[in-house]
Amino acid sequence: MKIQEKRALSFKGSELDRWSRLVKRRKKIKHAREVVRISFATMIAGCFAVLFLMPIILTITNSFMSASEISANYGQVFATTDTGGKVYISEKVNLKFIPDMVSFSQYITVLLKSPEYLFKFWNSVILVVPIVAFQLLVAMGAAYGFTRYRGRIKEIIFFIYIILMLMPYQVTLVPNYLVADWLHTLNTNWAIWLPGIFSPFAVYLLTKYMRRIPVSVMEAAQIDGAGEWQIFRKICMPLCKGAMCSVAILIFIDYWNMVEQPLILLTDQEKHPLSVFLSKINSGEIGLAFAVATIYMVPPILVFLYGEDYLVEGITYQGGIKG
Amino acid sequence: MHFLKSRKQEKSLHFVKEKRKKSGSNRRTRRGKMISTGYLFPSAAGVLLFFVLPFLIVIYYSVVDNPISNQFVFLDNYVMVFQNAAFKQAAKNTLMFSLVAVPLAVVLSLFLAMMLESKIPFKSQFRTFFLSPMMVPIASIVLIWQVLFHYNGMVNEVLGIFQIDRIDWLNSNYAQVVIVILFLWKNLGYNMILFMAALSSISKDILEVAVLESATPFQIFWHIKLRYMSSTILFVTIMSLINSFKVFREIYLLKGEYPYDTMYMLQHFMNNTFSRLDYQKMSAAAIMMAIVMVIIIGILFLTENYFGKDVEG
Repeated sequence: MKIQEKRALSFKGSELDRWSRLVKRRKKIKHAREVVRISFATMIAGCFAVLFLMPIILTITNSFMSASEISANYGQVFATTDTGGKVYISEKVNLKFIPDMVSFSQYITVLLKSPEYLFKFWNSVILVVPIVAFQLLVAMGAAYGFTRYRGRIKEIIFFIYIILMLMPYQVTLVPNYLVADWLHTLNTNWAIWLPGIFSPFAVYLLTKYMRRIPVSVMEAAQIDGAGEWQIFRKICMPLCKGAMCSVAILIFIDYWNMVEQPLILLTDQEKHPLSVFLSKINSGEIGLAFAVATIYMVPPILVFLYGEDYLVEGITYQGGIKG
Repeated sequence: MHFLKSRKQEKSLHFVKEKRKKSGSNRRTRRGKMISTGYLFPSAAGVLLFFVLPFLIVIYYSVVDNPISNQFVFLDNYVMVFQNAAFKQAAKNTLMFSLVAVPLAVVLSLFLAMMLESKIPFKSQFRTFFLSPMMVPIASIVLIWQVLFHYNGMVNEVLGIFQIDRIDWLNSNYAQVVIVILFLWKNLGYNMILFMAALSSISKDILEVAVLESATPFQIFWHIKLRYMSSTILFVTIMSLINSFKVFREIYLLKGEYPYDTMYMLQHFMNNTFSRLDYQKMSAAAIMMAIVMVIIIGILFLTENYFGKDVEG
């Protein structure tokens, strides 16, 4: 009797023991699988990251080559694109990750000796900054208008904004061109500024964001005697600060990268921004091209490093298209 | 979906309050309404002047024979554009490109997002890396692209290791491959962020229940995650589609105004028509694109409504 009881109570070798061991082993296997899975995923992500970063890093490192090194390595690439002639198969294109000798000669040439590039860079700044500032201003007002006292008419107008936002450039450029023609702003910066400032994109995004502010907050303010301007200034603006940053970044990237609008609306090549001008650098100056390209990358990269979280948030808000 | 729900609630709340107010301070509400509409005015006027009105004019131009005599010709301009060989080539190329690039952009970015969501280390760093191409202006990166895909460039060298013949990437039928890669490189990060947000917004309860009910990871992915992300998938598809129409920029910077045949896109056609100032052709082409765009977006919306209807609310 006693022995039987002891046996039943003793843990080792019992049914329960077998079970717990089984569970432990399963857990171990599961854990091992998890580790394998995660390390595999990390490896793939790493490969992708290398592929994604390589072009950027290569451009930056190559900008530190001297002119002779670049023409020795890539001379034929750009010679053929320039003249459209036959390719010399004998020579090889050496892709260098790190230049043989780090030199700042390209930068010195671009920044000090040939003002042409800086001038084009300035063109880009002049085109983009007013658009970002004023589009944000106009859009904040419009978003407020769309948020307060919603009615059927406002919803219809908002729907038109969404449709306009979804139209590709090819469609909106023709109207833009016609307006610029009427207002005689063709070939001036106004031709790009005006459609840019009134672009429906920022309105859409800010409205989406502002509509998430509970109506009760605004109404409470109203009952306390705040006017529309005060509600706008004291409630909506501070609450939308983050959204404004995200929108500003998104607009900035978009217009810093623009090519189509200046090509069509600015016939005078002197007024072209650097983004268009870069593609027209001829083979003689190809050494400079990498340095110029790197300089052109600097502002957006700084903005990115400073405001990545805002950017991510902005993209996320863009996502809820139906809301 | 929860956007929609919260908005509906908010809206009904709004209406109730508005009704209550109407009995009280009616005049103040009307005044507030007027003022708040005033805030909308600058933007609305700008949009009307720079987008809506000219667009109506474009529609008008597309059905008259020329802007001076204004003879009504109905669809002649459209037929003319449609019979134009360059337009056909451009439309075909753009269509081909979008058909390949858009699904790839959606699937690959979903894959990246799933990978980053699966508890891997350095998640935020990877996010930064994948997002960085979005920031970099295409103009800066085109140079290195030309070096990589040159006949004697690095890509061919790497292929050479696997005994694959050299390909003249930019001047052959493979040109579209290069453009697709460039497009994916540029756009995957943006799509990935959208998917990551959607994935993290799926309620954990549902996933836990699915695990308890011993659903396989594939089932969880197919029946739960995809379903709950249907509106995001729709949005990503639309955005990728719009961006795929923008790919002219990349091609122009790579190869100039007259690239290899398979890279001749609709925007090239438009640009070349612009330089000849052929308003009729331009307008007809623009209107056709707008119509096609609206139809595609409509179809996508309907599809999403069909698949996503039972998870809404």
